[in-house]
Amino acid sequence: MPGKIHVNTTINGEATEFLCEPRQTLLECLRDTLNLTGTKEGCGDGNCGSCTVVMDGRIVTSCLVLGVEAAGARIDTIEGMARGNQLHPLQQSFLEHAALQCGICTPGFLLAARELLENEPDPSEERIRWFLANNLCRCTGYDKIVRAVQDAAKQMREAKA
Amino acid sequence: MKWFDYAAPASLAEALQLRAAHPQALLLAGGTDLLVQMKNGRRQPDVVIDIKKVPELNALSIDAAGALTLGAAVACHRVYQDAAVRKHWPALAETAEIIGGIQIQGRASIGGNLCNAAPSADSVPLLIAMGGTCRIAGPAGERPLAVEDFCIAPGRNALAAGEMLVSLHIPAPAAHSGVHYLRFIPRNEMDIAVVGVGAQVVLNNGNFQSARIALASVAPTPLFVRAAGDGLAGKPVNEESIQAAAEAAAAAATPITDMRGTAEYRRHLCGVLTLRALEAAIRQAKGSH
Ligand code: FES
Ligand code: FES
Repeated sequence: MPGKIHVNTTINGEATEFLCEPRQTLLECLRDTLNLTGTKEGCGDGNCGSCTVVMDGRIVTSCLVLGVEAAGARIDTIEGMARGNQLHPLQQSFLEHAALQCGICTPGFLLAARELLENEPDPSEERIRWFLANNLCRCTGYDKIVRAVQDAAKQMREAKA
Repeated sequence: MKWFDYAAPASLAEALQLRAAHPQALLLAGGTDLLVQMKNGRRQPDVVIDIKKVPELNALSIDAAGALTLGAAVACHRVYQDAAVRKHWPALAETAEIIGGIQIQGRASIGGNLCNAAPSADSVPLLIAMGGTCRIAGPAGERPLAVEDFCIAPGRNALAAGEMLVSLHIPAPAAHSGVHYLRFIPRNEMDIAVVGVGAQVVLNNGNFQSARIALASVAPTPLFVRAAGDGLAGKPVNEESIQAAAEAAAAAATPITDMRGTAEYRRHLCGVLTLRALEAAIRQAKGSH
């Protein structure tokens, strides 16, 4: 049987190493090996987006990435989103708009929405819904999530101005 | 997932050696189809060869003649964010933007969409309509293959033992030409085509010079309906010609009934979407120079 592979990577800005079997997904490595359980598993097949992480500056579903593929990559997870106790404006906005219920989908929505707002500070509602289509929420009905993103976008624009 | 070994070759030669040494190995590009199939047990490789570090498979370049080379592992986001692709092959950029969602597009490649050989693959009818060619490398050297000959059965492609898809080649757009891909899905995004149609037209003084039409989700493989396009050559660009081509495309389809739609419904959609895809391609051709 093949052995474990030693993976050197960067997670939330910190050099990190871990051992994994080639068959383990990045999602499993994050949750089970590195104890970064903020990243959630919903479907395991790329549909729900609850396992979203940022890989080399781009959101991906970590259930469809092998742990070994993280070698040499930069991975950002929900654990790196707040600065200490200071929540990211999107996190704050999700709280204020009650844009979560069970919360399983929330880390994925937050990272996807951050990627959107970093590239497009003033997206239309249609664009927000399109961009977040790879993230499913079975609780909120999406409306509050969209409002929270719009509001955070506004605050982030004002903070920059 | 079952145990497998992982290899990430850095050159095409090394990738081919691994492929030859491990006949049961599977090639990993974006993994958005492959890992799903490995998780559900449909595919059980002994070795996974990650081809994303092979330079030829990451190429996205335009040659002196204006033709596009698209490495088999280039992710969809690179396709639709490339200014030259957006300008010269807008239909390719638009199609890369509707395969899965943003997360999937960060990983999934057009080459993978083709190799996966699903009858519903969105990019394949478009590649066929554009006259795309595959560059295939194997133990006996390289060979080109027209995209329409690549998929041979659901989930099966024409790659022989030891072979791999290196890149796709799309000719430079001809003068007065236009291309469009259109699919029908019941949702707004993130869904599998009930029917998809790719169409390319080349116009000449109010007539069709040539046309190519291909269909998704209406046959065991993406289907090139050559006769429907050839029938347009020399015909005037009008409603009657377009309608005749749409009827020919619908007649050539051999759809089945499944949870996404009945055979009858799909055949009807084939006609409607062929008509609309042709109309969009014609609009584009009239605007181009
Ligand atoms: S768990 Fe990865 S997309 Fe659902
Ligand atoms: S809050 Fe429960 S799935 Fe979104």
